[in-house]
Amino acid sequence: MRYDLVLKLAAVGGLALVPLSGADFYTELIAKTLVLAIFAMSLDLLVGYTGLVSLGHAAYFGIAAYTVALMSPKYEAASLWLTMPAAVGAAALAALVIGVFVLRTKGIYFIMVTLAFAQMAFYAFHDTPLGGGSDGIYVNMKPTAEIAGFMPFDLDNPTHLYYFILAMLVLVYLFVGRVLQSPFGRVLVGIKSNEHRMQSLGYVTFRYKLAAFALAGGLGGIAGYLYAVVFGFVTPELLSWHQSGNVLLMVILGGMGNLVGAIAGAFAFVAMQEVFSAWTKHWQLAMGLVIVAAVLFLPGGLSAIPARIKRALQGGSAND
Amino acid sequence: MTDTHHAALLVAERITRRFGGLLANQDVCLTLERGKLHALLGPNGAGKSTCINMLSGDLPPSSGQIRYQGRDITGLTAAQRSQVGIGRSYQRTNIFPKFTVLENVRLAAQSRRQQPWRIFSQAMKQQWAIDKALACIDEAGLAGRAERTAGILSHGEQRQLEIAMVLATDAQVLLLDEPLAGMGSDESARMVEVLRRLRETRAILLVEHDMDAVFAVADTITVMVNGQVLESGPPAQIKASIAVQEAYLGQEDTFHV
Repeated sequence: MRYDLVLKLAAVGGLALVPLSGADFYTELIAKTLVLAIFAMSLDLLVGYTGLVSLGHAAYFGIAAYTVALMSPKYEAASLWLTMPAAVGAAALAALVIGVFVLRTKGIYFIMVTLAFAQMAFYAFHDTPLGGGSDGIYVNMKPTAEIAGFMPFDLDNPTHLYYFILAMLVLVYLFVGRVLQSPFGRVLVGIKSNEHRMQSLGYVTFRYKLAAFALAGGLGGIAGYLYAVVFGFVTPELLSWHQSGNVLLMVILGGMGNLVGAIAGAFAFVAMQEVFSAWTKHWQLAMGLVIVAAVLFLPGGLSAIPARIKRALQGGSAND
Repeated sequence: MTDTHHAALLVAERITRRFGGLLANQDVCLTLERGKLHALLGPNGAGKSTCINMLSGDLPPSSGQIRYQGRDITGLTAAQRSQVGIGRSYQRTNIFPKFTVLENVRLAAQSRRQQPWRIFSQAMKQQWAIDKALACIDEAGLAGRAERTAGILSHGEQRQLEIAMVLATDAQVLLLDEPLAGMGSDESARMVEVLRRLRETRAILLVEHDMDAVFAVADTITVMVNGQVLESGPPAQIKASIAVQEAYLGQEDTFHV
């Protein structure tokens, strides 16, 4: 009955085993992938559930990453409990302000304007000494989880850091899933389906879209924060349109409007990046071909595979 | 000028809409009263859709005034007018095709008590919205279809669904744009019954091509030609009007009454 719940728990259990393998390279690689999976889920809230295709989502990722970098003193560790809310808050606030402008446009214009704002944020860090310019800055010491002399876990310990990220992934997944069940979430899905109808039913859709945009920015900020903590280094590249494009590809690859799909998309993306770049320095070409093929032959993305297999097994007749 | 009749809910006062050099509506006056069904007739291009769009807030008038219960609402958006009590259905079916019938109507009901900040509450546990949606589904004649996917309903049922959605917003004024379009005679007859029932407690503006239906249910008929009101009055007056007959002469839409 709760077949999918069992599968999900098994997946989380499997991910929890990774650090026990002792393969540090893979542990860090999967930690990075989990961070990108959080990032992809945050974008899916906009693209897959609200129908807002943003090509500037890296801005909020990067703003949060820079916030922790700028808040961290050079020779001591900043507090996790201070820097994380600050970074997420800064990302959400930036999204709220930018959202006021970009949400006045629709369709292709929305895509272009989100890109334009993200480019402005990129150059704000790239061309000013604020965050070390184009070289970026180090986060010398990872934030400490110490609270009133008590240290529940230590982010300097790669295993602790890994579990912290995994916990954040599960929390973000549960949070977004819960929000989508709320009346607010139902309105977002309604806007994606038929915004004009929502307006004539008495919804001021702009406000809902703005709230979704800020929320997605804040969730993307969680990912950006974790990224800065894992790598200890932030550069303007984190805000670049490549990064925005990559996360959009993860969402499309996984299947829009499906949180598990967004996570799967992040894993597929990183896996392809690893495999192809080991083969050839033209790995982006190979990856491009796979993505084109995926869009052509798997329109629902990776998340559509289980239903396809089920259909194939049942002789292509039933659809439930 | 004042709203002469007590039951007048929605009054349009000389509303005009220009599209560049084209006068799509010129000095149109309409009064919708509670308990009355007011039909809007006219050949294609007469300006009926423009008129209903101005009343619903989908299109701002170039000039003129629209009042709801005596209050000037000309500057209100479509969403604000819905909140005041004006609901509309569309000429081309305008629903959420992938949602169930219940979810379509539940979303409409939810719009009356929006609590967007309660992001941890569950929509399907708001029993009041579900109860109201089910009641409106019944009232629109769709009882038993609540769990169907809206997109696979028959055309006629989708039109009924639109009505159910409007009802769930507590609309006192219903602006219905060709609700009978594309319906078979059985479906059409059922819809006319629904309209009769709805009229009892609300004000209805009906834009419709089906003459038989219009003359069967309308209390007042306004005929528009070239963006202007040609004649307005009870069905008997419209039927006898020379001007109306002349306007329709040679048109395919001639009256068959």
